[in-house]
Amino acid sequence: MIGSRKQARALVSMRWPIGWLGLCLVFLLSACAEPQDPMPDVGSLARARLLTAEQYTNTIADVFGADIAESVIPPVPPLARTDGLLASGAASVGLTSDQLSQVQQAASVIAGLAVDEDHRAFLLSCRPETDESEDSSCARQVLGEVAPLLYRRPIAVARLDELVDLADRAARELESFHDGLAIALEAVLVSPEMLLIVDQTEADPARPGEQRLDAHALASRLSYFLWNAPPDDALLAAAADGSLQQAAVLSAQVDRMLSSPRLEAGMRAFFDDMFAFDEFNALAKDPSVYPRVTGATIADAREQTLRTVIEHTLGRDADYRDIFTSRQTVMSMPLAAVYGVPSPTRWAPFEFPADSQRSGILTHLSFLSAHAHPVRSSPTLRGKALRELFLCQKVPDPPPNVDFSAIEDAGEVATARERLDVHNRNPSCAGCHLITDPMGLALENFDGAGQFRETEQGAPIDITGELDGVRFESVAGLTDAVRNHPKLSYCLVNRLYAYGTGGPVSLKHERRLLKWHERRFGEQGHRLRTLLKDLATSPAFARVRSPEDPSAVVSVRATVDPAATALIAQAGRETADPGERPGLTEEDLP
Amino acid sequence: MTNWNRRRFLRGALRGASVTLGLPLLNVFLNDNGSALASGASIPLRFGTWSWGLGMSESIFVPKQTGTEYDLPEEIAALAPIKQHINLYTNFHVFKDDAPNLCHHSGWVVLRSGQAPYTRANKPGETIDVSIARKLGNATRFRSLSATATGDVRDSFSYEGGNSVNAPEWSPLRFYQRLFGEEFQDPNADTFSPDPRVLVRKSALSVVREDAKRLEKHLGADDRARLDQYFTGLRDLERRFDLQLTKPDPREACILLEEPKDLAAGLDADLVSERHRLMTDLMLMAVACDQTRVFNMFYAAAFSATTKPGYDKPHHTATHEEAVDPELGFQPNTSWYTRRAMDEWVYYVQALAKFREGDGSMLDNVFIYATTDQSFAKLHAIDGIPMFSAGNAGGRIRTGLHIDGGGSPGCRLGYTAQRLMGLDIDSWGTKSNTTSSEIGEILV
Repeated sequence: MIGSRKQARALVSMRWPIGWLGLCLVFLLSACAEPQDPMPDVGSLARARLLTAEQYTNTIADVFGADIAESVIPPVPPLARTDGLLASGAASVGLTSDQLSQVQQAASVIAGLAVDEDHRAFLLSCRPETDESEDSSCARQVLGEVAPLLYRRPIAVARLDELVDLADRAARELESFHDGLAIALEAVLVSPEMLLIVDQTEADPARPGEQRLDAHALASRLSYFLWNAPPDDALLAAAADGSLQQAAVLSAQVDRMLSSPRLEAGMRAFFDDMFAFDEFNALAKDPSVYPRVTGATIADAREQTLRTVIEHTLGRDADYRDIFTSRQTVMSMPLAAVYGVPSPTRWAPFEFPADSQRSGILTHLSFLSAHAHPVRSSPTLRGKALRELFLCQKVPDPPPNVDFSAIEDAGEVATARERLDVHNRNPSCAGCHLITDPMGLALENFDGAGQFRETEQGAPIDITGELDGVRFESVAGLTDAVRNHPKLSYCLVNRLYAYGTGGPVSLKHERRLLKWHERRFGEQGHRLRTLLKDLATSPAFARVRSPEDPSAVVSVRATVDPAATALIAQAGRETADPGERPGLTEEDLP
Repeated sequence: MTNWNRRRFLRGALRGASVTLGLPLLNVFLNDNGSALASGASIPLRFGTWSWGLGMSESIFVPKQTGTEYDLPEEIAALAPIKQHINLYTNFHVFKDDAPNLCHHSGWVVLRSGQAPYTRANKPGETIDVSIARKLGNATRFRSLSATATGDVRDSFSYEGGNSVNAPEWSPLRFYQRLFGEEFQDPNADTFSPDPRVLVRKSALSVVREDAKRLEKHLGADDRARLDQYFTGLRDLERRFDLQLTKPDPREACILLEEPKDLAAGLDADLVSERHRLMTDLMLMAVACDQTRVFNMFYAAAFSATTKPGYDKPHHTATHEEAVDPELGFQPNTSWYTRRAMDEWVYYVQALAKFREGDGSMLDNVFIYATTDQSFAKLHAIDGIPMFSAGNAGGRIRTGLHIDGGGSPGCRLGYTAQRLMGLDIDSWGTKSNTTSSEIGEILV
């Protein structure tokens, strides 16, 4: 059974001693590089978050093998994007009755496959004396192995007794050991301990009266953060003997995880979430307008950017900011037709020519096509996405009482700039559009599918623009401005911290910590691995703070675009609700 | 002709090719007065919702006359074949009170929950289908079902709470497999053999419940509330297992369908229409087979991005950017999108009418509540938001009417629907949306 836990276990045990020695050395060296200012002493919230669809699949694959995992659709509801991440939505999503019934159906399929004749020899570590009835000993052995892996923590004897008793009763009723075992496995798979990543806590010996994650909760937090998968045997072992709570062991374990090939899958999941690539699940372009763009093109567009970012940040360990300016990428056959470049027969490294106007992921088809209409480009959607996805700024909804008469088909205009120029002359529109359009217009050389164009409806395209005070006259000017934007690094830190700790950050409690990490990220050359190491070994990662009083949360909002502010003031527009006021929100504060 | 022979006949005759054809009603299925099935089971009352996006062009949507003899202006001219099966409600208002007008959000949330949301992430209360499903949904395999024609799993107007959205079925193939896969019990099957695994599966839930209780002490208040929801789900699973152990009543309109093929992603109007019809056929067959009595169909999202071939603006963009034609007095392309929605509403109602039940059709025993998110989308207006209903709710509803609400709360229709479905409520909605006034004109 390729990919199953049982096979992997042997390999892990062989690699472990070598990695341990080397990584202890790395830890000692990195400890010497601590910045002068101390890391703010805060903790994160203890949460119970639902496994995401991919985490569910990875967990099943880890225990039962990839083929069984792929035989079911993950019974996980769609998550609400919360502070920029679907993963943060998992901390509050509820499980409706209908959804739980889908969980039970998936459990039934998985358990049935695990004990069928094709799998039992690989997955079950014992054979019953007879298949026609119960075998408590064998059931205890199997359930004692599998349940802790699915729960990601040891199982109490009394609880195991209950499961064995269930397997025995079911075996007698169904006159089959394996059918009975499947019923007990179903019960494990439906349990909230399987479905939820629960931050169980314990008293923190270093801080009397306060709490920290217990070792198994810490192991799960680390593992789903870095690998998007459950803890492996080595991590579970370090949790079981408690050594994971020791700084040196924690550091070594994190280093081991960072050096694992599984890191790539983990970070792919993170960037897929941060870049809102779930949009691709329902994305399509009008074939009459963009005949070269097929379903394969759209799928490959997502893949191209993920491969590029992973190779850049992990493969080359390069400066994160350069993903916005680098011309290095990968190319596939469907993409080559749209980019208008020589077609490889399969995925191959590719460098956009210096004169191609393509540099960085903002010029990839993924960004350009996902943030456009099915039939045309949208500078507004692109500008909004740029701010929200990469700079962690929130562009407010349009106000409800806008007079749209000024932008009705905009007469004889040919280009998007001319259409949108009407917005910028209209005070009630300008507040938001000045936040999004000036940088979105710089990408107007790319149509709604991301194809390069010199003109729009025969008219030359003016791509001059501005981003928070930095003016530019080319695509490269925009990508440089984004690459050097002061919020770019902070945004990655923010999103990674939220992703790792399982929910939205609290600026009231965690702003200083995030700024500390941001500064250190910069000092370390904006290397993703270093940031991951810092985050995963930071005290906040294991410490737990009490849930905050919601009334104590400071609401901070600011409008940072002076032009927008001036125009709104000029219009004298009053908004009844501050939440409706155009502007960028809390994370823009220094 | 025996039940068994009829099943054989239908399967052979249709070869699974068409699923919404009216079936010949055979007397063997009826009791003396035709109001129930021959099995003695009464025909169940059902509740459905339907939704379209971005409202209407008032000047060519709202009839000049009210009552039964109302005209059909050009934007709703397509409704002629179903006029006798539906009611049209205009000049009903949605009130935001002190909440902001959240574009394309406030309108549908108020009509479905009775409460105005304060933020886009905020979904107050629960939707009307969830409340009704608690009353009607206990006798069926699915308390409720939701499906969308957009192909996007995020498109749903059904939620138990702000963080608990009932995810819609978005893939015809997946929907089919869920409905008619391994767990489907054909109500017209010749034999009934309860699966012995179901009984032990039910007993396994007590072990699961103990697991959940042990976890409870590790959770904060919010997460304990989520665990309470989980316990509710366990009770519902028990209910479903009990159903699986009980022989279902025969349903003459229930025919096993052929597995559909999935469609490409995309929001081209023709593609959305094809997906809507596939999902409608599956959904209504699930109702005919008594797999659910509460069902939600979602034709288009509030920010509908449906596209028109050869036109560069998706529906939502068109509502704002297309000028009102001075000669026509409306936005022609925007109206084109609304007309496509009305075509699908016609399909949906006709599909209900084609299922024969007792001496009538499924329409006689359903109440469909159809809503949108805006009235005049160009201005994000929510005053005068149009609504429809379809069906006679077991003979309790008159149809063929155009009702002018006179500016009263749109929630009156939802309140009426809940009362019809047997909910013991004296009022519905909050603040200005509160109503305890049914729409009496439609009540028999």
